[in-house]
Amino acid sequence: MTLVELTDVSKHYGTVRALEGVSLEVHAGQITCVLGDNGAGKSTLIKVIAGLHRHDAGTLRIEGEETTLSSPRDALDRGIATVYQDLAVVPLMPVWRNFFLGSEPRKGAGPFKRLDTDLMRRTTREALLRMGIDLRDVDQPIGTLSGGERQCVAIARAVHFGAKVLVLDEPTAALGVKQSGVVLKYVAAARDEGLGVVLITHNPHHAYLVGDRFVLLRRGTMVGHHTRDEITLDDLTKQMAGGADLDALVHELQRT
Amino acid sequence: MSAVTDGKMPDERILQTSPLRKLLARPELGSVVGALAVFVFFALAADGFLRASSLSTVLYASSTIGIMAVPVALLMIGGEFDLSAGVLVTSSALVSSMFSYQMTANTWVGVGVSLLVTLAVGAFNGFMLTRTKLPSFIITLGTFLMLTGMNLGFTKLIDGTVSTKTIADMEGFESAHAVFASTIGVGGVDVKVTILWWLGLVALASWILLRTRTGNWIFAVGGNEDAARAVGVPVARTKIGLYMGVAFGAWISGQHLLFSFDAVQSGEGVGNELIYIIAAVIGGCLITGGHGSAIGSAVGALLFGMTSKGIVFAEWNPDWFKFFLGAMLLLATLLNAWVKKRAEATK
Repeated sequence: MTLVELTDVSKHYGTVRALEGVSLEVHAGQITCVLGDNGAGKSTLIKVIAGLHRHDAGTLRIEGEETTLSSPRDALDRGIATVYQDLAVVPLMPVWRNFFLGSEPRKGAGPFKRLDTDLMRRTTREALLRMGIDLRDVDQPIGTLSGGERQCVAIARAVHFGAKVLVLDEPTAALGVKQSGVVLKYVAAARDEGLGVVLITHNPHHAYLVGDRFVLLRRGTMVGHHTRDEITLDDLTKQMAGGADLDALVHELQRT
Repeated sequence: MSAVTDGKMPDERILQTSPLRKLLARPELGSVVGALAVFVFFALAADGFLRASSLSTVLYASSTIGIMAVPVALLMIGGEFDLSAGVLVTSSALVSSMFSYQMTANTWVGVGVSLLVTLAVGAFNGFMLTRTKLPSFIITLGTFLMLTGMNLGFTKLIDGTVSTKTIADMEGFESAHAVFASTIGVGGVDVKVTILWWLGLVALASWILLRTRTGNWIFAVGGNEDAARAVGVPVARTKIGLYMGVAFGAWISGQHLLFSFDAVQSGEGVGNELIYIIAAVIGGCLITGGHGSAIGSAVGALLFGMTSKGIVFAEWNPDWFKFFLGAMLLLATLLNAWVKKRAEATK
């Protein structure tokens, strides 16, 4: 099933063409990777899908219905959850308080309405465990977790609150090799839960490990759109680095 | 299935978090250690410090600071300051007194009007802060100066002097005095009613902080405002509410100030805002927000009460009070920083 479909989407900031004629599909239970170097338009694309910016041209379909997203809340209500690089967590608060921040379950009535702390702790532990994250203690401040673990909690939170589409903005950018592997494992776990995933990255190796579809961006335009069986990792890396440009660079740097 | 999947059974790795470390992570810890040290110190140094009547005096002094330290601590956990808190207490008392006197109304009417006016000032602080996005230091410094001027200006304009006319003979004074400024005898010891107000506020604030959604939001807006907004926390509403909480505390303190005597000096209150902030910081509130407790602010206020009265009981020159205060503030802040670092170093 196609959850999100962008056709020939463009976005201009004044006279700057940030995005021109980009198309992509997100299917349930699949991962669509958006690859591109710095300034390729990845951030603009993410902002259109997350509801932060409206596209100027082209169509955006969510579950087959043509629409325009007016706000991040609107996107969230339609099941599109975005995990940004800064993750939107409060470092000093315990993991379980962060997990439910903004959507706290309560019990009791009137002035005795209170947080259902047992449920919150238990649910946090279970939701994390379901994603394969085995946390030492959900009472520890989330700031004490490693970058990879924090990323995983943010993904588990989006999955738990019923997201159908998960948009991940460079989840492995600031991580080491091993941590990146862990995060990709949880991205795959989210896929296996039946979510459609949009993975933004500039690392073709990470993309090829988990991706089903690859959209390549360069200078705001789409330079390639492949399914996994159409392309090899070498081709992907080469296209991403700019193909002919890379050959020229090799030539330039060659010692004579 | 491993033990981990069972919610009741703790993860075997949790053993790494010793009970001692859990204790160290509590925001109140530093202040409790400090309070014990000061208590032992004055118990040895000052004759009669341990007498029931002396302890009652200490508790009374602590309660007058503590009533304000609680909402100021909450505000600080929410990441903001209120420099107008000290003079707002005086404003609240002045409004109550002058309204009753000028309108020849029942004192309770003045008390009610004062509540509305004081809450409005709190809401103004919060509204200005969230609307202009200026630092709370600037906004509340502005209200502080304006209120200081208005307290003196209006009192002189209406009463002709710097203090209000007595309202002791007015209707409702006795009952209002009983609620805000009475003394209750408990087993031969005089206990001021403000101590009950103080304990009530600490309990209420702790409940709000730890067990309600609002409490979760207070920690969140202080800890990372942008993140809180991104997940749908109403940041502006939370902050305005916190400022109104400070105003509510100022109203209680203001009525106590008025009904302890029967008139108010309009120049009072300047400088007290720093005392409330110091009590909250000694009690473990992080000056940058996101961490702290209501009980800590109470211990901070208690430290204050013990020092100010202890110096008197020890028959020292009270000028040394400020020196002690500064030293305690520095020590408490250093201890808090150290404890926080230790508690968070889980690996």
